[in-house]
Amino acid sequence: MKRGLQTDALLVGKRRREKVFLVLAASALLFSLVILFALIIDAFLDGLPRLNIKFLTSFPSRRPEEAGILPAMVGSIYVTTLTILFAVPLGIGGAIYLEVYAPKNRVSSLIETSIATLGGVPSIIYGMLGLELFARALQLGRSLLTGALTLALLVLPIIIVAARESLRAIPQSLWEAALALGATRWQALRDQVLPVAFPGILTGIILTVSRAIGEAAPLIMIGALTYVAFLPDSILSPFTTLPIQIFNWVSRPQKAFHANAAAGIIVLLAITLTLNALSIFLRSRLEKRSSSKAF
Amino acid sequence: MRALRKTVLALVMAGILAFSTCAFAIEKLVQIDGSSTVYPITEAIAEEFQKVYKDIKVTVGISGTGGGFKRFVRGETDINNASRPIKASEIEACQANGIEFIELPVAFDALAVVVNKENDRVDYLTVAELKKIWEPEAQGKSLKWSDIRPGWPDKPITLFGPGVDSGTFDYFTEAIVGESGKSRGDYVASEDDNVLVQGVSQDKYALGYFGLAYYLENQDLLKAVPIKVGDKEPVPPTPENVENGTYQPLSRPLFIYVSLKSAERDEVVKFVEFYLQNAADLVQEVGYVPLPKRAYELALERFNKRITGSIFGGHGATVGVSIEEILEKEKEL
Repeated sequence: MKRGLQTDALLVGKRRREKVFLVLAASALLFSLVILFALIIDAFLDGLPRLNIKFLTSFPSRRPEEAGILPAMVGSIYVTTLTILFAVPLGIGGAIYLEVYAPKNRVSSLIETSIATLGGVPSIIYGMLGLELFARALQLGRSLLTGALTLALLVLPIIIVAARESLRAIPQSLWEAALALGATRWQALRDQVLPVAFPGILTGIILTVSRAIGEAAPLIMIGALTYVAFLPDSILSPFTTLPIQIFNWVSRPQKAFHANAAAGIIVLLAITLTLNALSIFLRSRLEKRSSSKAF
Repeated sequence: MRALRKTVLALVMAGILAFSTCAFAIEKLVQIDGSSTVYPITEAIAEEFQKVYKDIKVTVGISGTGGGFKRFVRGETDINNASRPIKASEIEACQANGIEFIELPVAFDALAVVVNKENDRVDYLTVAELKKIWEPEAQGKSLKWSDIRPGWPDKPITLFGPGVDSGTFDYFTEAIVGESGKSRGDYVASEDDNVLVQGVSQDKYALGYFGLAYYLENQDLLKAVPIKVGDKEPVPPTPENVENGTYQPLSRPLFIYVSLKSAERDEVVKFVEFYLQNAADLVQEVGYVPLPKRAYELALERFNKRITGSIFGGHGATVGVSIEEILEKEKEL
């Protein structure tokens, strides 16, 4: 009897702690959601009245009511696309080498640690590297190309880590089956492993897109904080991007420019969400197809 | 697998597309960088210029006066916006890189010293009082308003000001402390003037300084402090007082520096001419004080004759230059 009571008390205590933890976890989530929504609602209240077709198709101007976001929007899309083009092949290639081919020794573990560390380096440092290496040493100037290469370096660790994780998640049996049938490692990789791993890799690319499109600090460092009232017509053109245009408007004395900044934030959010939705849609389609094929 | 191949193909196609648009043609491009204070003026000029000359592209960056000169002396930009005259060290860097420049005044600006709207005790400040607040010797001392003038609140002064890369900082320290760059460091510094506006408007005992345009746009949040020099009446910062030269010593001329080598290019010449011909109207529109018409004519003459060098002899921030003095100095050349 006495023992039973004790267990009951123990159970009650356990349950209580469980509840406390649940409340803590839920309020942590609630806290971040409330802040996020407060920011979004604030941006919508300020920016929505400014948001119209003219705002999307106009060039920046000294008159806030005439100013538009076209070059920044086009610049953001160009820079992000170029960044993906540079970073994705390199990132997947690096991940495949590290995961499949690299011998497990000190050198490869050193490389792994370096990549993990690089992922945590503040983005402004990449900006300084980009300025000295691409803009000055390689004489690319403050161009789209410099911006995209700088951002590509910045997101490379994210892609490598994501691609490695998804390669590692592939069941060993898939490898063994392919190799047992006489496939080379490359054939097994190309025909069996990569198609199954691809949805996971795509997740890494989604993260990359969101990161690249929202970055301002490294681009300001390479000198993209600039009035640009034309569209880039080559990869060596000067450019501006949405976060930079928003930053520029926020720092103006006139309040009307701050409304423009809020409208710019809405546009940036919309583009990020669209790109993410597109990638998620692609991933789920690929996932269905590859799982029906591979197993 | 087909999906993978398709994706790869799509990526490659996109790549080819991106690179095929990559025309390496020589563009007509005028590259400008420098002061964030001069930026709104040059931006307005660039906007109007590109409406007239549709084939010429103009970019205007914001790196600060000093940051802009670092690029200018490397020959990376054609024109540098400057909220103070070029410094001796920057002139030396120009010479070392074989860059010659033409110095052109384009407008007048003033620095406003501001306090919280609710601070009704502070009626004016003298230069000596400002110096006591901002000089490096004040570092670490928690100055109270009552330390500045008896009868003022017995509360510590919270200080707000621009960061050290800004021409506004150089000018203020030169005008108030007596030496450019000499300031106490223990204040809230931001390159973003709106942060300073917010800071002063939310702290009843705050004091800050920044460009006049930021005060004029935020008169509902802030109170500007009139400045008293010697036995003269305290003078509030208004565009009129800047223009008639009575708001001293915190009025300052703004400049553009044109690289002599860039001035060989037709698009740069067209831009500078357009600048000086249209500055009078556009300067006013963006909240600064234009120079007299004659000053722009003289500046254009100076540009057309390609007269290089600085009339300030590399002294950097120079205090107490009135519009008349600028005119006289222009005439001497």
